[in-house]
Amino acid sequence: MIPEIGHFALVLALFIALIQTVMPIVGAYRGMPELMAMGKLAASAQLLFVSIAFAMLTWAFIENDFTVAYVAQNSNSALPIQYRISAVWGAHEGSLLLWAFLLSLWTFAVTIFSKSLPEHFLARVMGVLGFVSVGFLLFILMTSNPFDRLFPAALDGRDLNPLLQDPGLIIHPPMLYMGYVGFSVAFAFAIAALLGGHLDATWARWSRPWTTVSWVFLTVGIALGSWWAYYELGWGGWWFWDPVENASFMPWLAGTALIHSLAVTEKRGAFKSWTVLLAIMAFSLSLLGSFLVRSGVLVSVHAFATDPARGVFILVFLCVVIGSSLALYAWRAPNVKGGGSFELFSRETLLLANNVLLMVALATVLMGTLAPLVLDALGLGKISVGPPYFDTVFVPIMLPLVILIGIGPMVNWRKGDASALMRKLRWIIIVSVILGLAIPLMAMGRTTLMVTAAVSLGAWAILSTAQYLRDRMVRNTGKRGLSAGVYGMAIAHMGMGVFVIGVTLSSAFSVERDLHMRAGDSVEMNGYVFTLDSVTPVNGPNYRADRGQVTVTLDGEKVAQLSPEKRTYFVQTMPMTEASIDASLFRDLYVALAEQREEGGWAMRVYHKPFQRWIWLGPLLMALGGLLAAVDRRYRTSAKRIVQARQKLSSQLADEGAKA
Amino acid sequence: MKARYLLPIVIFFAMVAVFALVLYQIGQGRNIKDVPSPLIGKAVPQFELPLLLQPDQTFSSEQLKGHVSLVNVWASWCVSCRYEHPLLVEMSQNTDISIIGINYKDERPDALKWLRDMGDPYEASIYDYDGRAAIDWGVYGTPESFIVDQQGIIRYKHTGPISVEKLEAEIMPLIRELRQQGGES
Repeated sequence: MIPEIGHFALVLALFIALIQTVMPIVGAYRGMPELMAMGKLAASAQLLFVSIAFAMLTWAFIENDFTVAYVAQNSNSALPIQYRISAVWGAHEGSLLLWAFLLSLWTFAVTIFSKSLPEHFLARVMGVLGFVSVGFLLFILMTSNPFDRLFPAALDGRDLNPLLQDPGLIIHPPMLYMGYVGFSVAFAFAIAALLGGHLDATWARWSRPWTTVSWVFLTVGIALGSWWAYYELGWGGWWFWDPVENASFMPWLAGTALIHSLAVTEKRGAFKSWTVLLAIMAFSLSLLGSFLVRSGVLVSVHAFATDPARGVFILVFLCVVIGSSLALYAWRAPNVKGGGSFELFSRETLLLANNVLLMVALATVLMGTLAPLVLDALGLGKISVGPPYFDTVFVPIMLPLVILIGIGPMVNWRKGDASALMRKLRWIIIVSVILGLAIPLMAMGRTTLMVTAAVSLGAWAILSTAQYLRDRMVRNTGKRGLSAGVYGMAIAHMGMGVFVIGVTLSSAFSVERDLHMRAGDSVEMNGYVFTLDSVTPVNGPNYRADRGQVTVTLDGEKVAQLSPEKRTYFVQTMPMTEASIDASLFRDLYVALAEQREEGGWAMRVYHKPFQRWIWLGPLLMALGGLLAAVDRRYRTSAKRIVQARQKLSSQLADEGAKA
Repeated sequence: MKARYLLPIVIFFAMVAVFALVLYQIGQGRNIKDVPSPLIGKAVPQFELPLLLQPDQTFSSEQLKGHVSLVNVWASWCVSCRYEHPLLVEMSQNTDISIIGINYKDERPDALKWLRDMGDPYEASIYDYDGRAAIDWGVYGTPESFIVDQQGIIRYKHTGPISVEKLEAEIMPLIRELRQQGGES
């Protein structure tokens, strides 16, 4: 019964989504308040039914209901409970259900925080979100139903892919999808604004917190994925320019551009039609990402099960959603009036430069991901694009972006003062270069031109942002404190600096050794001595493993005890390397067991990675900054003020009516 | 309506056209991951390239003749190759099959470091810096593996990392069969 309840709830949710699409849009078009109000109602009902479906699938996993095909394919009775729950989104069907669930969650959130939105606008937003939901629910029901039964039932399940049996993978997909799906809100706001013809600063203000929160989720999701790849795949890499990674990175780049462009639209009324296009683009790229990952058109190490029928459905869905929004854009955007004027040296120009750079970066990633596909499809030959392309093309685009971080916030809107800025920043430039020399020399005892240049840039982003904060505080003395938005931006920008320093030092100075070690053997790397004490067999719930004990000493003192494992899972008999990592702010010690040698002893991989943590610390700071910016008081006070003004107005009208 | 506002939708539909074409090709039974090589049953493409380990020596397609060999295309920047590599190393230790490596678009120091670190299963490593030979072989992406028989004819192609199952079910039986046919022990 449980799976049938879930299936039925999904069908109901589909009909509710249809109502949510049609009624409010028609209502807004005809000016009928009762139809418009149905949008909010339908959104709540949809959340209820999609939640029921999601809960039923989760229940089937917890109860080991192997009569459900999806459960039988992705779970096992020996699988620990936390992985039985995360297995819900461990494969295609469940991931889609998670998408639909998160979409209904975001939609519901909009209805809660929508008190300041005009009725017509909210109705259109509900309609657009409802339409996206119709697409996803149809997709699930027509091609990827997670509730399909399996006859005869399996005795036991085929188990979750061992790679996914990991704490990082429990939260990575929900975070990533929260980001993807969150962009649908900014998208719906943009489409609603285009439909209504009111593309103004207020629209940008409403969109900003939603966009920023989605971006925060996406940032955390990508960082988690990278962290997982680092320790779970067992070879110390953290980003592979794999198509699936690129699919999540492209919406991030578009979203980052959107956040900056929204700032211009809100504050200065400029870039309106560009901002709207970016909002469409961020969400389109999220959809495109899921198409690329799920349809099998791209070959990837992530190796998801693929099916052309699904590919066809998503492609049609993409055409309808993206095609119609871009058509709407081509129709309405030319009528949008330009905003305030600005001079060549102004914050507007610098933010424009930021957008151009991010778009070029996006284009290079898109080209690198799609070029092999395009050339092959057209019969123009086969190529494969790997990290060499991305590293040489992408990195030079990112460097000017980091320079801009330091300048942008300090330059005034409309007209900046270049010479005053130079006076203010020249000390920071000097100190940054000194740090660029000092940090690698102190940490590693050597440096190169490239390392010094890149570390200087990172230091520059941090120091100039600190200077900006100081300036703002000085100017603000006596008044109430700086807004959360200012702190948020500063922290996010510093996070970028931290990230740049981390990437530079880790990639330049990591030492990696592949060794053949027997119990008692030692190896020395950058001063650290790794000693393999023993390798003993251990048993896990659904695997058995050999566990090594490695003691690490520095100058004769023990600094870490590592226990890497080589696991063999019972069902999928796939050997898995569980690396053991001792992490600290300035270095990671990383040990992985490769394989047992016939002549005795083990092949082992040992790494010393300086500043590795900074690679994730940076994105975490960016996310924290985004969160601070999103909860800035002015988004709430302005909302409240609009409501109060409206209440005042209506009571005045009522008074006048009473007088008359 | 100004043309520049139409640009996004034009770009988008151009992309859609390509995706549709690819999906159509998949629908026609073409498996992207396992592109059937038109070279199967044909002689290996002519080449003469330097060796990775001894840059002053070369290896030519003629040298593939005389015994059955597994030709493996790899690169140090290739993620999937890392999955596959331990299996090749194991093969080289436990069997006498000659494995020939084609190092594809790689920097020599990176490739040498890889072999030093991860083990060198290759009887000979051919250094294909500009990927010219790989194009002739119809290489779609690394890793790819070919089985070449005694006459220098390509008999089999596998795209992507070789799995244990694939090795046991297809590759080893074919090699054994070819060896018997050719009178090799």
